[in-house]
Amino acid sequence: MAKAQQSDGSRSVVTAMLLLPTTLWFLLLLVLPLVVILVFSLGERGPAGGYQPAFTLAQYANLPARLKAFTNTLTLAPLGTVLCLLFAYPLAYFLGVRASARAKPLLLALVVVPFWTSFLIRTYAWIFILGGRGIPALLAQFGLDDVRLINTPFAVLVGIVYGYLPLMVFPIYVSLEKLDKRLLEASADLGASPLRSFLQVTLPMSLPGIVTGCLLVFILLMGEYLIPAILGGGKVFFVGNALVDLFLQSRNWPFGSAVAVALVVIMLLAVTGYLYFASRGRRREDVSVI
Amino acid sequence: MRVYAAVIYVFLYGPIALIVLFSFNAGRHASDFSCCSASWYGRAFGNPFMMEALINSLLIALCTAVLATVMGTMAALALQRVRGVLRLMFDGLTYTAIIIPGIVIGIATLVALVTVFDAVNPLLAAAWPANLGQAPRLRLGTGTVIAAHTLFTMALVIVIVRTRIQDMDRSLIEASSDLYAPPMRTFFQITLPQIFPAVMSGFLLSFTFSFDDFVIAFFVAGADTTLPIYVFSSIRRGVTPEINAIASVVLAVSLTLLFVAQALQSRRRRYRSP
Repeated sequence: MAKAQQSDGSRSVVTAMLLLPTTLWFLLLLVLPLVVILVFSLGERGPAGGYQPAFTLAQYANLPARLKAFTNTLTLAPLGTVLCLLFAYPLAYFLGVRASARAKPLLLALVVVPFWTSFLIRTYAWIFILGGRGIPALLAQFGLDDVRLINTPFAVLVGIVYGYLPLMVFPIYVSLEKLDKRLLEASADLGASPLRSFLQVTLPMSLPGIVTGCLLVFILLMGEYLIPAILGGGKVFFVGNALVDLFLQSRNWPFGSAVAVALVVIMLLAVTGYLYFASRGRRREDVSVI
Repeated sequence: MRVYAAVIYVFLYGPIALIVLFSFNAGRHASDFSCCSASWYGRAFGNPFMMEALINSLLIALCTAVLATVMGTMAALALQRVRGVLRLMFDGLTYTAIIIPGIVIGIATLVALVTVFDAVNPLLAAAWPANLGQAPRLRLGTGTVIAAHTLFTMALVIVIVRTRIQDMDRSLIEASSDLYAPPMRTFFQITLPQIFPAVMSGFLLSFTFSFDDFVIAFFVAGADTTLPIYVFSSIRRGVTPEINAIASVVLAVSLTLLFVAQALQSRRRRYRSP
């Protein structure tokens, strides 16, 4: 008994030692920074920028000054997510249901590879294509002059779909891959049209993948900085761009902190609401199956 | 359906191919193309700023990957034995590190580190023994980028390795200790080989994330630069064929890594299948 207790004791020492570095990292580089941002957001701006201790909600009251960044983010992030879904679903369906077993590993790898390469460089490529000598020059040959693509919401949306498509394809593919193909045969045998089979069998079965994919893309888009910075050219900007401006250019730390806190709060609310509705949708569908 | 898939693949690879193609441009401007010369690669590798940024980025990615993999794996192993509030707190922190946008992590880390350094540096200078010369000054740079990258990637490693541990065959570990193997031996002969693929993919994911990250490094790199920061500021100054050459090099680094990972995994699979 005494021996067992002793070994329990040494086991928990080992456990504590194993967790020590991670705990330190979390405390110093996650908890501390988030607390500092929260405290700063209640402070005042110092005379030379930076932070002056105070306890005021003035920074939060000032948030409407950056309303445009918030409305841009809250329209383009959901829109970008939906566009990603629309473009990704047919490809995921092709990979999961139609593609031959021989070609599939290669086709899958080809979807994953871009995601492993630099996001910055993949976004930068579109400067060429959408810039003055790219597609607009091509359109000018057909008599369509003065088409501006770069630095528009369209360019930002192209960048979003291009950058996040792989992230959307993968979870949907995984859920379609698990789909029992005999269900589709059964549905056809019972006289359902292909469209009806799709709507009543395939689509509901792939719902978990859709929910995961949309969640991943939406979360990343809420904090997006690079795509609007490169393809939006200062005309189409997200909250991320406002944050860079506030922290690095105008050095207004307290207001920047308030914007950052607001962004995280809005994001968490949106994600919670989304998951709530997604799970309610699934429960309802379970009932209809019974 | 096939046609649609083909169009999407062209959409995914066209822009990348364009960059590589234009990096072999013999002309002086990015937009007029004449084939073919590798001179821009010479220019890129002869550029001391770009080389410094490249070496910094590789160093940061390597340190991040090693730290994140070791610490994340340690934590994932320990967490199997932790229950209750402590476990909940740990899981909460892990997911917070993943879900908070990189840009918020970046600015929060910047502000916190600057505040801490401003407080610590005078103390350090005062406490430093005079016979050791000038006291070191804590400052933003390569070290802080590694620290910030490690936070996020460590959380990813914890999630990846823990999933693998859950699928692991427990009876082998019990058998090993029943046969009186010391815990260390059980770890190296039973546990590690089983979780190794997850540890390896955690390492590669951490390396790639760190090597490609712009946003976090942009805030906490101080006066040091990394390759993405260098590329970003060059794009701001205007598009040149030299950036295309650098971009192609970056793509080559990522792709090589991916192929190495694939080769390692398929070799393991062949080794295991009999």
